[in-house]
Amino acid sequence: MSHTLYCRCAYAQVIPELVKNARLEQLCASGEEFEAVPDLCEMAAARAPRLAELACKEDLRIIACHPRAVKGLFTQAGCPLPASAEILNMREDSSAS
Amino acid sequence: MPAIASEIAALLDSGNSVTVSADTYQASHTGNTPSTIAGTATPATRSWKPWFPVIDYDRCTNCMQCLSFCLFDVYSVDDNSRIQVRNQENCKTNCPACSRVCPEVAIMFPKYSGSPINGEPVNASDLTREKMKVNVSSLLGGDIYSTLRNRSDQAKSRFSTERSADKALAERKRCLDKLQRDGFIPADVLAEIDLTNLPSPEEIQRRAAAALAKAQAALAANAAK
Repeated sequence: MSHTLYCRCAYAQVIPELVKNARLEQLCASGEEFEAVPDLCEMAAARAPRLAELACKEDLRIIACHPRAVKGLFTQAGCPLPASAEILNMREDSSAS
Repeated sequence: MPAIASEIAALLDSGNSVTVSADTYQASHTGNTPSTIAGTATPATRSWKPWFPVIDYDRCTNCMQCLSFCLFDVYSVDDNSRIQVRNQENCKTNCPACSRVCPEVAIMFPKYSGSPINGEPVNASDLTREKMKVNVSSLLGGDIYSTLRNRSDQAKSRFSTERSADKALAERKRCLDKLQRDGFIPADVLAEIDLTNLPSPEEIQRRAAAALAKAQAALAANAAK
């Protein structure tokens, strides 16, 4: 079963509010289970134990920002992402426009 | 925005993590909201500063330029002499200078707006730009450490005859303006610097020497492997 993580990118205005809300609405409308966090960068900086648990998930899907940055955050937190992890980039997301 | 989505957004925006399960949807159908479901919200800490470097280890060659460059002790090496971000809280908000110094474009700041520092893929033109980039040493005309030593000696002799706080302040401002013009430090970062309370040339020299020693030790350890 896939596991979805949604990042709200709370600390910076680098992802438009419209895009973040549109993605969140899509997730809710799909009825799928997911995990939503205020800021993935903050979790990585704090080396949150939850990141290591997530990195072990099969079929992990992350809705956040640039894949290179997301991979770097997990690696820097000591829990590299598996190659199978899918990263959806809201910074290049035109779904709300 | 549907009620459940706006409720989740509000929880996230106030610093909580939310786990949305089948129970959450069930609760929303019966008129409850996710925040009323026990265990779904985890308060986060809000004292964190959202600015720190992230190393792209797929690109990093462990050259230690970042460690040598940063005077704020953000970088260090791990037990295997591999570069790492050690003291991220020391990083100066909105300053991506180490990223610009990196010859491999391997340092990212995810909250930065511009590419490729923000983590966008590195393209050929980015690499070309890196090759044209002056390194830290050439920025000050050769050996940065001897330059700093010379500047320190010159400063001592100059101030011994004309110790003027105003002139010293003007000199620091001139140097900082040059750094800004060269694109190394953003204007808003410089604006926050207290020009009357900058490290002395001796302190800068001490920090630079300590960083260089750490980098050289790590490079020597790697070469011995």
